[in-house]
Order: sequence, then structure tokens, then C-alpha cells
Amino acid sequence: MTRPARLALKAFVWFVCLAPLALLAYRAWTDDLGANPISFITNTLGDWTLRILLASLAMTPLRIVFGLSWPIALRRLLGLFAFAYVCLHFAVWSVLDFFFDWPRMWADIVKRPYITMGMLALLSLLPLAATSTAGMIRRLGARNWTRLHRLAYVAAVCAVVHYLWLAKVGVKEPYWYAVALVVLLGVRGWEWSRRMTRRRRARAETTTPRVGSRAENPLS
Amino acid sequence: MLIRHAPRFTASEITDPNLYLSRRELISRAAALALAPSLSSAATPATPALQALSATRNAAFSLSETPTKFEAATTYNNFYEFGVNKDDPSRLGHTLRPRPWTVQVDGFVNKPKTFDIDELIRLFPLEERVYSLRCVEAWSMVIPWIGFPLASLLKRVEPTGQAKFVEFTTLLDPNQFPAQKPGFFGFSSLDWPYVEGLRLDEATHPLTLLTVGMYGKVLPNQNGAPVRVVIPWKYGFKSAKSIVRIRLVSEQPRTAWEKAAPQEYGFYSNVNPAVSHPRWSQADERRIGEFRRRPTLPFNGYADQVASLYAGMDLKKYY
Repeated sequence: MTRPARLALKAFVWFVCLAPLALLAYRAWTDDLGANPISFITNTLGDWTLRILLASLAMTPLRIVFGLSWPIALRRLLGLFAFAYVCLHFAVWSVLDFFFDWPRMWADIVKRPYITMGMLALLSLLPLAATSTAGMIRRLGARNWTRLHRLAYVAAVCAVVHYLWLAKVGVKEPYWYAVALVVLLGVRGWEWSRRMTRRRRARAETTTPRVGSRAENPLS
Repeated sequence: MLIRHAPRFTASEITDPNLYLSRRELISRAAALALAPSLSSAATPATPALQALSATRNAAFSLSETPTKFEAATTYNNFYEFGVNKDDPSRLGHTLRPRPWTVQVDGFVNKPKTFDIDELIRLFPLEERVYSLRCVEAWSMVIPWIGFPLASLLKRVEPTGQAKFVEFTTLLDPNQFPAQKPGFFGFSSLDWPYVEGLRLDEATHPLTLLTVGMYGKVLPNQNGAPVRVVIPWKYGFKSAKSIVRIRLVSEQPRTAWEKAAPQEYGFYSNVNPAVSHPRWSQADERRIGEFRRRPTLPFNGYADQVASLYAGMDLKKYY
């Protein structure tokens, strides 16, 4: 992909990720946040955290399924936006909602499973944001860095469970997010098992060469 | 005569509200769509003009707090028959037709009767009472309701000795309540019709108000038109809306929320800061329109009047 194309794509991601914030600001300005503004802001920020986080996790499956390489270039940007949104989500909860009542918030974190899950999601995104620079990849080494960044899966699972557990009876949205997450993780699982089989077969070939094994589909 | 203005035209001259509402909605939706697609809800009128309803303020049963804004009380609602979102009832409320309407009062009573809604409204003097409404979701409002004590109605039908509980049933009609239609895979949020219940002594408590109006007007559809019950010391969902039947029964009714999530919503559901909802604390609440949370009071501040109903009961067990 050309450099201008990549820049255009990134500009598009910036636009899409900032639009919800702009809309929130506009609604605040025009006094259109509804009867319970704090709850509305918290929920909107939570929704967008989850959407952007799942979008960041969709980049690799796009490569696996459609053979596209350009989505990978957007992964870090999306991940960082998800982190920005979760920080705002947390800030609204702790400042606007509970107004720095830390003992009360701590009690909720340890007592209310959905809040525990939300905190876990936030905490697992923290090291990812901190190690998102090229310098940190170099310092950690690609292998360690990749391993650390599998925390993104933990964050996504915790975030979806957070939503599932807080939603009241009859609310369907969290189930759609859960389905999306299962699909995204499923694609990876499928690819991983395929790679394992291939590796095993390759190992079998090098140790006991068999005549005719080349006749298999070379693309498999 | 309680309705201020006697009609000066015949019924046939009146445009069907559904017609003009849908027309008005169409126009405003189109305008909103042209301007800003995502903001269309802001342009849709939440509440059509409502008929005024006069009533005498009952100061002894009224809080001195400033009522929540009418706009907030009519756009931030839980009324699952219209959908699970807070703005569903005000967006979709126009599908409910509160006239003609009847309320069947029967069960273990000597004088069962089906009341026409306009007859019911004139049956007893209407009172205005400013009550606090505490939702189980930890928010609250202050609302000037108009109605009369449910006890008056129950007395008139003469409950028999077998009557121990009162069961309220909300209208079942998927054409008027869109969320009563099954969704994907037959999915439904609750088991319709919505059923709520009270013990007889709770139902006949002077605070329990059979409600036909609020803010000096008839009840808006999204708030449970044309008739609902208001039980101010219990979480809001106990106050059944759009009631078509009040039945006196001998067994404790199985309520809609008990069926949906028994561990979360008990039969009693008295406001109690000491008993958490399994998923969140009930220790405090956000009064709509206020910034900081305020502590939740036992029985929503009505402990003086109702705590004796539960003397000797373990309120943690009977939540």
C-alpha cells in the first residue's frame, strides 16, 4: 500500500474514533444529554470503548480470512483509541458519578463482579498502551512484546463480560458484542490450529520422508 | 366535574390522535433527518398535548421538594412494553390508546365490577400528592401524581375474607405495546402481560395511590396511561402501569420481574439501602436533575408510615 493511502486510512480512523466524542460534546453544548446525563455519557463512552477494542481485534482476522495486509497498520491506532475511551469511561465514573469517593468505588470494584471485570479490562489495556511505541517493541524484543500484547484478548473478554453482567434483563446489545468477540477469537483459533497441523506435518516430513507427500495440495 | 373543559364538539369531529400524531411525527422526523440524522430524537415531540386534570393538593402526603422537570419525567422512563431503553416509551408511546379503556376489578370480592376509565376517574375526589419515586436502578425523581387511594376503590368492591393479595395486570396488546411482539428467535424481555402484586395491607395503605394523572394533567402514555398504581416506598417497577385488571387473590401473585430474575427482584422490593441489588449497591441514588448522589432512605423516606407493615420480618430475606 502506498504512503498516501495509508495516511488517508489513518485519517479516516481518527475521524471515526473522534466523531463520538465530538457528538457528545455537541450534545452537552446543546443540553441534549437526556434526563440522566452522567449515565448517558458513561454508557456512550463504554459502548465506544468496546466497539473500538473489537475493531482493533478484527484487523488480524481480516488478514487471515481475506488476505488483506493493510488493516494491520491500523491496529495500534485503534488499540490506543480504545484505551483513550476506557480512560474517559473510568474518569466519568470516578469523577462525575462518584465524585472521588474512593472507598465507595473500591467497595464496588471488589464486591460487584461487573465492575471487577471492567477494572480488569482497563488494567490489562494499561501495559499495552505503555508499550505501544516502536522503541518499546525494540526494548522488549518482538517475541516478548507479542506475548504481552495477547493481553488484548483478556481485555476484550473482560470488557464483554462486564457489559453482559451489568445489563438488565431484556437488553440484547451485550450479546451482539459477545457474538462478535467469539467470531473474532474463533478465526484466530481456526488459524492457529491450522498452523499447528501444518507444523506437525512438516516435522513428520523432515523426520520420515515419505514418497508421494509432495502430491498433497501445496496450498494447504 | 373534574375535567376542566367540557367537550364543545362531537366525538366524530375529533381527529384520531393516532392520525395527527403520526403526521406530526412524520414531519418532524423528516425535518430532523434532513438536518442531523443522529439527532432526530431531539426533534420528535416527546409528549403530545395532554388534557388538564384538576385535583386538590394533599399536603399531608406531599414532599416539599421541587418536582423533577416534566420533560425528564416523561422522557426517561422504564416501560418495557415499549422497549428496554429509557427513551423507548416516549418515542413509541403514541401507539397506546388510553381510550376507550376499562378496568376489571374482581377476584375475592363481593361486588366485582368492570369500570370504564372515565367513570373510575370520577368515582372519588382526585388528590395531588408529591411523592419520591425510587427506581431499582438507583435513580430517583420527585413527581406530583394525581389520583385517589387504592383503598377507596377496594372498599367499594368489598374484599372477602379470602382476599390476601392484590394482583395488577397491565394491558396485553402487541399492537399497542410494540415490545410485546416476540423478537429474534421468539426473544422477549419479559413474560407478558406484566403482572405486579401487593399484600392486601400494602394495597390498602393510605400511601398507595391509584393514579390517573401527573403534573396537573392526565397521565402521558409513557408514564402508564390511563391508570397506574404508585407505591412510593417500593422500587418503581412495583407500580404497575396501564392497568386493565385488579384482582383480589388468596395466594401471593407471581410478578413479571420475579419470573424474569427472582434473585434480583423480590415480591416485596421495598426501598432498602441496606439490601444491595445482587449487582449494584442500593445505598445511594442519583436524583434526576442533581449532580451528586444522595443517600437512599429506608422505605424511600416513608419508614414512619409503612415500617410497621413489616414488623418482625427479615427484610434481607423478604427483599
